[in-house]
Amino acid sequence: MMQLLVDGIVAASFITLGVIGLSMVFNILNFPSFAQGDQITTGAYMALAIATLFGSAGSAGGLSVGWCVIIALPCAIVLNSLLALGIDRAIYRQLRLRGASRISMIMASFGVSLMLRNVIVMFAGQDPHFFTFDIQPALRFWGIRIAVNELIVVGVTIVLVLCLHLFLSRTTLGKSMRAVAENPSLARVNGIDVDRVIRWTWIIGTGLATVAGVLLGFTVQLHPFMGFELLLPMFAALIVGGMTNIYGVLLGALLIGLVEGLTVEYLAPEYRQAAPFAAIILVLLFKPHGIFGEKA
Amino acid sequence: MTATEPHLVVEHLVAGYVPDVPILRGASLLVHPGELVTVLGPNGAGKSTLIKAIAGMVPVKEGDVRVSGKSIRGIATHALVGAGVAYVPQTNNVFTRLSVEENLELGCISDIPRTRERIEETYRLFPDLARLRRLAAGRLSGGQRQMVAVGRALMARPSLIMLDEPSAGLSPKMTDMVFQKLLEVRAGGVTILLVEQNAKAALAICDRGYVLAEGRDRFTGTGAELLSSPEVGELYLGSKSRLAS
Repeated sequence: MMQLLVDGIVAASFITLGVIGLSMVFNILNFPSFAQGDQITTGAYMALAIATLFGSAGSAGGLSVGWCVIIALPCAIVLNSLLALGIDRAIYRQLRLRGASRISMIMASFGVSLMLRNVIVMFAGQDPHFFTFDIQPALRFWGIRIAVNELIVVGVTIVLVLCLHLFLSRTTLGKSMRAVAENPSLARVNGIDVDRVIRWTWIIGTGLATVAGVLLGFTVQLHPFMGFELLLPMFAALIVGGMTNIYGVLLGALLIGLVEGLTVEYLAPEYRQAAPFAAIILVLLFKPHGIFGEKA
Repeated sequence: MTATEPHLVVEHLVAGYVPDVPILRGASLLVHPGELVTVLGPNGAGKSTLIKAIAGMVPVKEGDVRVSGKSIRGIATHALVGAGVAYVPQTNNVFTRLSVEENLELGCISDIPRTRERIEETYRLFPDLARLRRLAAGRLSGGQRQMVAVGRALMARPSLIMLDEPSAGLSPKMTDMVFQKLLEVRAGGVTILLVEQNAKAALAICDRGYVLAEGRDRFTGTGAELLSSPEVGELYLGSKSRLAS
């Protein structure tokens, strides 16, 4: 049972890092971005390209990847965030200025999703890529197996979630983001530059998505659908947690991770992708606005 | 701004939400420094549209808005604070998921280093808010929310504050309390433009008033003059009765 919990927490970590961006864009820009999964993929591939430029010198600490990947991560965060800002300026902002409906924004995000995925296929091909081919033996604590990479994934996620909490609750920009998410018109009246808040939303959301992509690459492999495959659990976490509550969404990510783990263990691995659907239906039957959601 | 220069000048404003369907059809008004001026009018007269047009929230087709001699027509709403103007909307005027203190903090976004000092000043003006500082603003009563909204607007130390129906939904006792606070704010040297539906209460505290009808300023005068005007009474009550009677 403890092993299941640990596996669920590892799975939840990837979902958490991805769903934060999804939740921020949903609350601040008022549409669910279907391109969020592919931004995870672009982040991972950008890090891979940069790491390849640096070469692959040895392994970093107990990790199975080299320092070059660690150095490539911040570079990929910057590049991927710039890409997201460029996409916002070229596509989403134009739609916002024309007063586009939410459904138009969603369709545009579908388009961006397809575009990103196909650009990756064009440059890197369909075949999987790896940060490393080294096999990493798992550590054992009280009968629980966990690889160092997975330990790092969970640790990094916890630290980033704590940083996000401090950012949203202690900084003026964080509070401005919460204000814009609730009432953009009142935020403007207060002197908050909503366009600046939107830019930071993309930077933070895409930055965390990049971390998710690179960490996913640490533990499994890179392929053009890696982020897209995370989209369903991310949406499940968003809906289960309650769309408007970032802390609820984090709990939603943990629940979905655990549900996936339980499904693999007690049903069959092929049901893994159906598990988030079942969780959505179950939660919405009893809590139509999600566990921590508010009535719109 | 010279001693004789009006603080706010609105000149022949034509504005509306939809192109070619103006709500305001040439509204004008003047507010002098330190004055409390109220804008009245029946439902649909364009009172709220006027204040939103000044705040850059409704497209202006013709006319001009000047604050301390500088045109602010077409100003981005978030730049309004920088021009020394604060606006308190009628509804949804607090961030319900943020605490009272976080609401106040966001009012001082243009001068972050002074936030703490100004929060304490706001608590001195509205002592109840100090007790409620940690509470989410969504859990406050209507009157308490108005205090948060006015307090937050004052955090940026505006020279002009515009309020859209601050008495809406409040009990007479709460309305009196909010209006007394506005008089204290005015005594501190802040110019106030007050849009109100509650004509008697607003005219009782204002220096001057404007009565809007069909998007234009129809009458102007002191509070006492407007209260005793049969024409204003007719506009409101449909007969020659005076509002003061």
